[in-house]
Amino acid sequence: MSAVMLGQPTRMSHLRHVVTDNPVTLVAAALFVLIVVVALFGPWLAPFDPMASDTSQALAAPSRLHPFGTDSLGRDLLSRCIVAARLDLLLAVSAVALSFVIGATLGAAAGFFGGWFDRIVSRVADTIMAFPLFVLAMGIIAALGNTLANIVIATAIINLPFYIRLARAEANVRRSAGFVESARLAGNSEWSVLMRHVFPNLLPPMAVQVSLNMGWAMLNAAGLSFIGLGVRPPTPEWGIMVAEGAQYIVSGEWWVALFPGACLMLAVFAFNLLGDALRDLLDPRMRT
Amino acid sequence: MIRLALLRILGALPNLIGVIVITFLLTRALPGDPAAYFAGQSASSEAVEQIRSKLGLDRPMPEQFVAYVRDLAQGNLGESLSTGQSVATEIASRLPASLELTLVALLLAVSIALPLGVMAAVRKGSWIDQFARLVTTAGVSLPVFFTGLLLTWLLYFKLGWAPSPIGRLDPSFSPPAQVTGLYLIDALIARDLPLWWASVKQLALPAVTMALFVLAPIARMTRASMLAVLSSDFVRTARALGLRGPTVLVRYALRNALLPVVTTLGMVFSFLLGSNVLVEKVFAWPGIGSFAIESLTAADYAPVQGFVLTMGLLYVLLNLAIDLAYLLIDPRVALEA
Repeated sequence: MSAVMLGQPTRMSHLRHVVTDNPVTLVAAALFVLIVVVALFGPWLAPFDPMASDTSQALAAPSRLHPFGTDSLGRDLLSRCIVAARLDLLLAVSAVALSFVIGATLGAAAGFFGGWFDRIVSRVADTIMAFPLFVLAMGIIAALGNTLANIVIATAIINLPFYIRLARAEANVRRSAGFVESARLAGNSEWSVLMRHVFPNLLPPMAVQVSLNMGWAMLNAAGLSFIGLGVRPPTPEWGIMVAEGAQYIVSGEWWVALFPGACLMLAVFAFNLLGDALRDLLDPRMRT
Repeated sequence: MIRLALLRILGALPNLIGVIVITFLLTRALPGDPAAYFAGQSASSEAVEQIRSKLGLDRPMPEQFVAYVRDLAQGNLGESLSTGQSVATEIASRLPASLELTLVALLLAVSIALPLGVMAAVRKGSWIDQFARLVTTAGVSLPVFFTGLLLTWLLYFKLGWAPSPIGRLDPSFSPPAQVTGLYLIDALIARDLPLWWASVKQLALPAVTMALFVLAPIARMTRASMLAVLSSDFVRTARALGLRGPTVLVRYALRNALLPVVTTLGMVFSFLLGSNVLVEKVFAWPGIGSFAIESLTAADYAPVQGFVLTMGLLYVLLNLAIDLAYLLIDPRVALEA
């Protein structure tokens, strides 16, 4: 007897329902695929060399040859935006992955074992959250040095509390669940119970948090680059491209800053919508 | 009630201590040579050694921490290499600019987001609900520096409505006599209306940029909270007893719905203080954010540490204020205790 026969929704039909119920989900998925494709195949898709400067073409308005225009050094902005997708995505993915792995493990252990470990971990998370997070990231990079790796580390640190708290809450709830008791009785060590039985249950809400966090991590990395931390010219990255183009806004060359900014916005938008869609798929009750 | 307030204040102490410890770690205990940081990039090795002994960086760590806390208690945050002034003086002189921007942005955001959230909840599923949803999702996705630039281009360059983004005041005006440091208030105190209007014009664009960024969490929370309250028993009773729509909405529903919104303000302040830095850069606003950025690019580290510490302390105090406000607003807290 399959689930369909019993009148229960299957995974596929539920997925289809979510997608059709909210067409924005399709848009989000399409945007996400586009961004990933651009990030993966960027250097081959770009029409011009993103680093090739041609000062005779400096600050040229968008045209058929240069759909996004050119910047102050005559570099094609479309190519630079395409290649920048790779760096921005890499920064965001690394930061979130690092944050997730460390935060989820610490939080799950804290919630499951309790005691002094829980107190220390909660204290650490609270102390990080005692700062406005972007300001803390600035401070960390100022202390560690102005490199790309440090942008990833700083962004990872400021995202830790979200994962720690979520994992801790979820692990705490399942601490005294029946399946945990039976796993213990079957002879598993505490760590084995935590990693093999409790942790997989944490993954669905974490997945939602991860995709929502990706958008925020991207905004953070771009914001840090905007104020001159981490990324150095001539590296193409959306944040630093907006910074380079900012001075030309008041003189009317809008394309230098606005196209990279629009790309950034679309990417973050896609991740946020994807996060919403994932949440609808996994647990509609969490919707606000 | 007083006891609860005191407990809340005590509860903020660990956060304060945490802020101080973290800024200490950021200044002293991380890889690299702190003396070289504070001496500057062009310093000779003798100068670096001098700075090292002057700042006590060759002492053991616990001794350094005690010295650090003692310096803080005396208001000594070090010296800025680029301006030559003490960091504390620089921050104190620039703080009002940042505060003015943040407060006006918050007021603006709340005055738009609250009605938006309420209307989205009352007319759930209608076009205004979808519109609110779009605005909130877009608001969290838009990079705040991008919004600032976009608005500048649109409203200054294209339409000419806004003044040029060169700071707090047009150069043809001079700042009002310092009472609070907030130009809007000081201009009113000095009864100088053209000056007041000039300040408002310069403040408008940066404040709108920041407000757009924090509209989202406030509106979302208001909507969710209103929806929960509107389906509660006491609202149903009020309606059943024949009370008119607006009365039920404002006197009963909204008051209760505002409670979770107040707690969201903590997160809102985190966003505000963070985006303050970016907006100050875009609009050349002379606040502590742009001071920190200038110092960072000049490899001048003492101001940056001072900035992080100030923001951390400010944020802890703001959260404490929100906690205390919640204590005042919600009578049930005192009863439960």
